This record gives sequence, C-alpha cells and structure tokens, in this order.
Amino acid sequence: MNLGPHAAFIVTAYAAAIAIVAALVAWIVFDRRHLSRMLDAFEAQGISRRSERANEETL
Amino acid sequence: MTLIDLANPSRFSALTDRVLPWLSSATLLAFAFGISQAYLAPDDYQQGATVKIMFIHVPAAWLGIFAWLLMSAAALGTLVWRHPLADVAAKAAAPIGAAFTLMCLVTGSLWGRPMWGTYWVWDARLTSVLVLFLMYLGVIALWRTIDDPTRAARVAAVLTLVGAINIPIIKFSVDWWNTLHQPASVLRLGGSTIHPSILVPLIVMLVAFTLLFLTLHLAAMRNEIMRRRVRTMMMLRADARAGP
Repeated sequence: MNLGPHAAFIVTAYAAAIAIVAALVAWIVFDRRHLSRMLDAFEAQGISRRSERANEETL
Repeated sequence: MTLIDLANPSRFSALTDRVLPWLSSATLLAFAFGISQAYLAPDDYQQGATVKIMFIHVPAAWLGIFAWLLMSAAALGTLVWRHPLADVAAKAAAPIGAAFTLMCLVTGSLWGRPMWGTYWVWDARLTSVLVLFLMYLGVIALWRTIDDPTRAARVAAVLTLVGAINIPIIKFSVDWWNTLHQPASVLRLGGSTIHPSILVPLIVMLVAFTLLFLTLHLAAMRNEIMRRRVRTMMMLRADARAGP
C-alpha cells in the first residue's frame, strides 16, 4: 500500500489510536483484577454485605 | 428479565457477564471488516491517502460527543429518578469519553499538519472540542475529590448538565463561525457529501467504534459496581473494628 508523501502522519495517527484503545482495555482489565483480589480478601476475612448474608441465611 | 430488574446492580453485573463476550466478538468482527474496507478505500482527490485518518478521527469525535450525551442522560437519571445505576453509568463513561476525545484531537492534529500546514489553530471547532476534553478531566477530578459516591454523583451530574451546553456549540461551530474546519459532511439535512467509496468504510468504522465503546462502557460499569462493593466492605470492616 502506498500512503504517499504523508505516510508518517497516517501511521502515527493509527499508532496513537491503537495506543489509546490499548490503554483503555488495560485499565479496565487491571482494575477488575485488583478489585476481584480485594473482594476475595474481604471474603477470606469473613466480611460480607448484608444482602450476601441474607442469601446465605435463606439457603 | 424486565427493565426494572436491571436497576439491581447484582443482576446488571450478571447480565453484563453474559453479554460482554458476544459484544466483544461483534466489536472485533466489525473492526476486521471496517479496517479491511478502510485499507481498500481509494485516496481522496484532494486529501490523497490522508483521508485514511478520517476513518479513525470521525468515529473518535462521534464517541467523544456521544459519551457526554450518555453522561447527560445518566445525570438526569441521578438527579430526577435517582436510578441506582445512573451514576455508575456516568462515572464509567467519563474516562472512556475523555480517551476518545483525546484520540479525536491527536488524529485531527496529525491530519491538519499536512492538509492545513499546522497541527493546531484556535478555530471554533477545535477549541470547543478541546473544551470538551478539559470538561471530561474536570468531571473525572470531581469524582475523585469527593469520597461519598452519592454526593459526588449529584455534583458531577450538575456539572455534566451544565457542560452539555458545549455539545451543540461543537456541532454547529462550523456553521455559526468562519472556521478552518470543514462543515458537516456526514450528518447534514441535504444528505452526505462524501462519495460512497469513502462513506461506506467510514460508516462501518463508526459502527465498530460504537460497539467498542459499548463493550468498554459495560466492562467499566461492572468494575464500578465492584468498587462500590469494596467500599461497603471497607466500611463494614471499619465498623467491626470500632466495636459496638
């Protein structure tokens, strides 16, 4: 593919777009992992929300 | 599951778990098709190959505006109906909207240098989009400043609705003022002025980017629900340590 005399601008624009989307995806994935670890730690300590305790009592 | 059931954060998270794999797959397929169409699209008679930047710049601009519109609708949900997921939706949308607005500014500058001879000009369209980006940063900062999510949601909702004034300014800036930026060429009353060989790939990329936004937004909302659970548990632990 010949991108002509302005190829550097086109490639940089696409690279910037990919970098921004990758940063968004990484933020969401790592944030989820961090939050899951925290929730697991609370569960291990025996701390649960009222709604969860109510569910356990009805089972 | 009825619409009212989605007001329950746990049910919403369960639904998100089921929907996200399908939405992610649809996004990847749409991008594969869109990028292949963009690759095959001919050069523009004036812009040459730089028209390929438009296939990411225009969808990024659309999503920058769409995210703020979504936040404004959510702000009404927070202030008027006090919907439990409204502020979750608004908070999750802000960083994603900011990222796409940044993408719009960066790709626009990279298109402007070879076409206009400058990366930046204080033109009404460019300046109003920069203001939108700064407003996103302001809302994100506001969410981080106030500890109580309910209070933060109300303050952020007011700021979001005030900021919504900027959306018609962005849209009509090219009509109201004499700007370097081209006038509307996709969404206009007389129909699009773009040749189908470029318009079709552009529409496919618009769909792909919108699916990407929905995927990221649902995932970010699920994270925000988890963050609130963590906060509740931290408070329960603090209460337990403080004793009766």
